[in-house]
Amino acid sequence: MYLDPAVSRSVKILVVGHFGVGKTTCIGSISEIEPLQTEEEITEASEGFDDLSGTPDKTTTTVAMDFGRLSLSDTLVLYLFGTPGQERFKEMWEGLSRGALGALVLVDPERLHESFPILDLVEQFGLTYAIGVNHFDSTPDYPLDEVREALNLSEDTPVVPCDVRDQGSSAHALITLVKHLMSTLG
Amino acid sequence: MHDEPDSELELTTALVPLFVIAKGRALPADHEYEHTTLVTAQEGTEAASRTLTPEARAVMDLIADGFLSVAEISGYTRLPLGIVRILLAQMAEDGLLYVRNPAPRAERVDRELLTAVLDGLKTRFGA
Repeated sequence: MYLDPAVSRSVKILVVGHFGVGKTTCIGSISEIEPLQTEEEITEASEGFDDLSGTPDKTTTTVAMDFGRLSLSDTLVLYLFGTPGQERFKEMWEGLSRGALGALVLVDPERLHESFPILDLVEQFGLTYAIGVNHFDSTPDYPLDEVREALNLSEDTPVVPCDVRDQGSSAHALITLVKHLMSTLG
Repeated sequence: MHDEPDSELELTTALVPLFVIAKGRALPADHEYEHTTLVTAQEGTEAASRTLTPEARAVMDLIADGFLSVAEISGYTRLPLGIVRILLAQMAEDGLLYVRNPAPRAERVDRELLTAVLDGLKTRFGA
């Protein structure tokens, strides 16, 4: 449960994607702890209220976010945060993207259009990313070039097939991202 | 997977109002007590922790035996992250904590750090 007493550095990578794309499964397949949840506060505009004061009515709600952990050496630990991609969670992204190494963006080839808002957020927050094309049982292997084209990705953005239930496959996607992060250092 | 639990959208309401647990204290600065900040209890703080609120004591008990991240403390105690951050800031002020901050932003483009991450992943997964 506890980290190595010698641990001196922590880093984080965001695992992002639309609703139901497999973020939690992906994190669970490689985390050394049972994935945990944090409750994050977000402020939202209230609906259905007549606003007499003329200022937007805001309420605070909490949203649960899954994360996992991976000790990479005695001194270094990596956290993986499954970050929901809805625009209304932008506030959470502010904190999570700060200091993040990069993002693994999971996409479902059958629902590619749902990934556009996610890519917008990732780019807005200046995160370097790789695309993991999640492979579902019902999905025939999807030509990766078509995914690249449909998502309008730049040529150097890695696109890897990925079965998020499989540890080796999830790890491969993560390793691809880290190699990409290194290549962007120039 | 399609059957991923839709828990990420679950909105919940706390039983005890959060400002009660936080004793009206404000959140620490954004860069303090981030998700990946690592904390553990200082040694010899058992006596002091007996006078803490139940929530603060739950946090102290949890980190008495080793380092955990702020996110993990929130996860295990089921206290909202904001509350955990407020409690930790207070405990640090009272000299109860040992804090290790995450790799600073400058290290984000640090080849040495990325190499360590890559090596760690390769060692772990034999890739």
